[in-house]
Amino acid sequence: MIRYSLKKLALLAITFLGLSIVAFSLIRMVPGDPVLMMLGERGASPESYAEMKATLGLDQPYIKQFGLFIWHAVHGDLGNSIVSNQSVVREFFDRFPATLELSVVALLFAMMVGLPLGIIAAIKRNTFFDYAFMGVSLVGYSMPIFWWGLILILVASVNVFDLPFFGWTPVSGRISPMFEIDSVTGFLFIDVWFSKDSWAAFWDALKHVLLPAIAMGTIPLAVIARMTRSSLLEVLGEDYIRTAKAKGLSTRRVIMVHALRNAMIPIVTVIGLSFGMVIKGAILTETIFSWPGIGRWLVNSVTSLDYPVIQGGVLLIGMAIVVVNLIVDLAYLWIDPKLRDAHDRSK
Amino acid sequence: MIDQNELNAQMPTGFQDFWHSFRQNKGALIGTWIILIFILIAMLASLLAPHDPTKIFEGKYLVPPFWQDGSSSEFILGTDDLGRDLLSRLIYGARISVGVGFLVTVFSLIAGTLIGLLAGYRGGRTDTIIMRVMDILMALPSILLAIVVVAILGTGLFNAVVAVSIIKIPSFVRLVRASVIVEKQKDYVVASKTFGASGFRQAFINIFPNILAPLIVQSTLAFSDGILDIAALGFLGLGAQPPLPEWGTMLVSAKNFFQSASYIVTLPGVCILIVVLGFNLLGDGLRDALDPRLKK
Amino acid sequence: MKKMSLMMLVMTYLASCTQNEQVNLHAAESKRTDKTLIYCSEGSPSGFNPQITEDATSINAENPYYNRLVTIQRGTTNVVADLASSWSISKDQKEYTFVLRKDVKFHTTANFKPTRNMNADDVLFSFNRQRLKDHPYHKVGGGNYLYFEAMEMDIIQDIQKVNDSTVKFFLKRPDSVFLANLTMEFASILSAEYADAMMKAKTPDKVDTMPVGTGPFVFKSYQKDSVIRYEANPEYYGAIKPQVERLVILITPDASVRTQKIKAGECHIIAEPSIADRKIFENDSNLKTYSMTGLNMTYLAFNTKKKPFDNLLVRKAIFHALNRGAYIDAIFHGMGELAESAVPPATWGFNNNLPTYEYDIQKSKQLLAKAGMPNGFSTEIWALPVTRPYNPDGRKMAEMMQADLAKVGIKVKIVTFDWPTFLAKSRNGEHSMLMFGWISDNGDPDSFLYTQLSCSGAEAGSNRAFWCFKPYNDIVEKAKRVSDIQQRTELYMDAQKIFKEQLPWVPLASAKAFRVTRKNVTGYVMDPLGRDFFDGVNYQ
Repeated sequence: MIRYSLKKLALLAITFLGLSIVAFSLIRMVPGDPVLMMLGERGASPESYAEMKATLGLDQPYIKQFGLFIWHAVHGDLGNSIVSNQSVVREFFDRFPATLELSVVALLFAMMVGLPLGIIAAIKRNTFFDYAFMGVSLVGYSMPIFWWGLILILVASVNVFDLPFFGWTPVSGRISPMFEIDSVTGFLFIDVWFSKDSWAAFWDALKHVLLPAIAMGTIPLAVIARMTRSSLLEVLGEDYIRTAKAKGLSTRRVIMVHALRNAMIPIVTVIGLSFGMVIKGAILTETIFSWPGIGRWLVNSVTSLDYPVIQGGVLLIGMAIVVVNLIVDLAYLWIDPKLRDAHDRSK
Repeated sequence: MIDQNELNAQMPTGFQDFWHSFRQNKGALIGTWIILIFILIAMLASLLAPHDPTKIFEGKYLVPPFWQDGSSSEFILGTDDLGRDLLSRLIYGARISVGVGFLVTVFSLIAGTLIGLLAGYRGGRTDTIIMRVMDILMALPSILLAIVVVAILGTGLFNAVVAVSIIKIPSFVRLVRASVIVEKQKDYVVASKTFGASGFRQAFINIFPNILAPLIVQSTLAFSDGILDIAALGFLGLGAQPPLPEWGTMLVSAKNFFQSASYIVTLPGVCILIVVLGFNLLGDGLRDALDPRLKK
Repeated sequence: MKKMSLMMLVMTYLASCTQNEQVNLHAAESKRTDKTLIYCSEGSPSGFNPQITEDATSINAENPYYNRLVTIQRGTTNVVADLASSWSISKDQKEYTFVLRKDVKFHTTANFKPTRNMNADDVLFSFNRQRLKDHPYHKVGGGNYLYFEAMEMDIIQDIQKVNDSTVKFFLKRPDSVFLANLTMEFASILSAEYADAMMKAKTPDKVDTMPVGTGPFVFKSYQKDSVIRYEANPEYYGAIKPQVERLVILITPDASVRTQKIKAGECHIIAEPSIADRKIFENDSNLKTYSMTGLNMTYLAFNTKKKPFDNLLVRKAIFHALNRGAYIDAIFHGMGELAESAVPPATWGFNNNLPTYEYDIQKSKQLLAKAGMPNGFSTEIWALPVTRPYNPDGRKMAEMMQADLAKVGIKVKIVTFDWPTFLAKSRNGEHSMLMFGWISDNGDPDSFLYTQLSCSGAEAGSNRAFWCFKPYNDIVEKAKRVSDIQQRTELYMDAQKIFKEQLPWVPLASAKAFRVTRKNVTGYVMDPLGRDFFDGVNYQ
């Protein structure tokens, strides 16, 4: 297991280099000049244009720019944003907690709803519940989430249909500005406890996160529900479950203890995969719900040709996804001893 | 003597077997119908659409659809903010969405299969390098990669198709490679190798037919994903450019009318949802029918 | 089933809790009588120093805490005193002397406590940082002073401190726009004392990230992409005092979301409301709408260096072929004013008596025939690739023009590039017809009539029509050198007449600025330059 982890870590380093090359070269292939972009309609004289380029280091040959980028990246410095002139690493970590927090809540929502749906569908296989739940999750899986987010705002927050009970979720944002929460960890659900009015702030933050989390969690929810159902069905058909049942264990106990445990492996994989999906969803969701995370930040930096932000941001996100996948891989081994043996033997 | 027909019934051929289980899957049938209907609409768009989808009817801005007051029989689903007939735009939109879904699938299927065959068959260093590159592509958030690719190529429907195809390639590569590695060990391949069959011919003739089933399933899913991603790019203003009636683009250019004329936002979204749902239903049905494990 | 009902219970509890919370909040608010004004902005500022940033979003975030020597009277384009109590200009118009107010205090913030009032040193610091390459602060924050460059402030030969409350600016040559330029945000006065303290503490960048100014609100904190907080400045010297205790800028990039937020009462004022939602705003009894023709201009420039646009008849024919009124309806949704001149109507010096070229297809065809092209010709329009304040949708407008021109036989291909490429290529004159526009920075007609239409502009590329017409050029050159407003007005009137005869552009429209506030908001005044100011704004 340790050797396996080490090997994975070595692969991480290679991925790191690859990501750097991809991020660095891709953004430079985008036509257009970041300095001209900044100048806008007004423009500038050729001399001051050249000078601006020089101060941003964009007059150097690409190879040299890349060398400097890697050299600094290894030392934990990804340069400064062209637009804000702030350190990219800082800008990233000022925003990442918001995205992570939203992703975690979205995944929690997906699991809390998706797992029961899948379990019930599996138990009540081929009944109305099965069809209904699986139908719903397939609709969820097919949802264009940018559209879904708008509809959620319209129906739940604005309450266009004047439904009872709706209308108390805020339209957008992370917390209402009435609450002044100092950023201690960057995670609002932790930071509220360091401020006054903790409970009120907590509820407020919860209300704010609800809709974006639903929008973002819908597709993972569908995947989790479907995967839970099918892996549970597979396990339920195995001999030892039949034996357990024959031995007189109650159906509920059999499912909870034996079947679900064995069905965990594919489910964990899916949750890990969903994390990547959630990050993808972040770009769209954050735009719609004015969520101050990295998704929006990156999209904006593509449009403003902010080279350091793109190459640094992509690198950091890519690494985050790779690390999450690694954790999932390890969790996988930890859950299933059989697999662990197989891995160790194969080395 | 056993009757020949009886024998056939007892040992159904692969396709019959598949068809039998596929037909029992109601979802798959619904999906197939949805897709057929949309393909029909797409093909007959010029006959079905009451108006030219890009024609601007001056002064007829934001005419509401038939279920609202002030509607007009000329525009059943109303008009958009520039006075274009919404129904016609949605009908032509089907052509675009089905078309881009098809293109994305074909592009990524061909590229992904070839690369996957190469990696799986060659193995060794080729395999390592290819799979590293695929890992890197997969570590990038796909929509971000698509955004950057579109930024490089310029906005536009075709460039968006290329961008989305690129991000779909790794899943095909992984699938094909894994299947090739499994099949490679099997007796019949090893056997044909000893008889002198070589290289890619091997891969194509022997291995390819055997990995067809998972490829078909993956393609159906790529189809629906492709439609969604193209619409998402359109939503971000990077896909099809107006006046092209692409659903995602229609949705975003109408987003500001969210409240004053919700139908021009709602309808394109519903169309996307239904088509994507159709492909997902079909994909599910195909997988169930083609996956031997679930056949019991 | 049991689980479901439990969930419902939790949700109901949650809902009731939050409702109570809201009530409590309101109660608490009225007890303390302190008010928080919430402004929902359209994007994140790119920084907090107006010398460095140049986008309108940042400017709106910076204006609450900074002031200039002179300013534009709220709601007009007239230059009036601010941090300078008076000024005088020498005969040769190369020496500007400013007498400063003595009662202006810089803000006291978490990391700075001023020991003296604002004086000449602060003025020197603010300008020399941008002007002098060897100034210790020049490189802080990147060293790019875009506006300072763009406004050609290198015209300043020297700045001298006469005494603590008198500063003299020496110019290299007379420039009648200089004073108007000093009203712009890049000319804000920063605290030299704060800068020195930060330099000593080895954190000079705090000057740009934790700004200390003199304005009505004190900068408090910024949470990235989320919220900027300010507190009222109790010592503010200005006539219009801040009316609320706190100001919050809530960053809400999506226009349709801003619409929902103000309807829901989550904002008091919203930036850049979507024009498409105008009906919604007007029909909502809780909201108030404001509109004003902005100091901006969208136009179609002919490349007069290229055939057939060097032919005045062709230019006239195209003007007649364009149904400009329809663009106002479809693109601006009525929130635009048809343009007839090269300057927006809200500018001083605007000529109201110019002939128009009405929409007339027959006339257009006749003119084309006269020009020797009865069957029209093929050409290109470069469509504006981005949404700009002067044009909400360049692409849609190009489509409409394409349809209009097809009617007289001119086949138009719509071309578009990414924004920087569009700017660079059009600067090189690679276009035939170009959709372009301009936003005034200081209310002076010079930025339209000189920068974009003079011969030197044609050389530099800022004159996108590449139109160099001597009789016109002589007038605008002269107007740049005289400082008497009356005299300049007359010159600009003549210049506009020549412009309209020669038609290097088809002027299309000036977009109306549009704002929405909650009904209970008082004291909000629209600004023709498109800024939002919060001193004097209150709510009941």
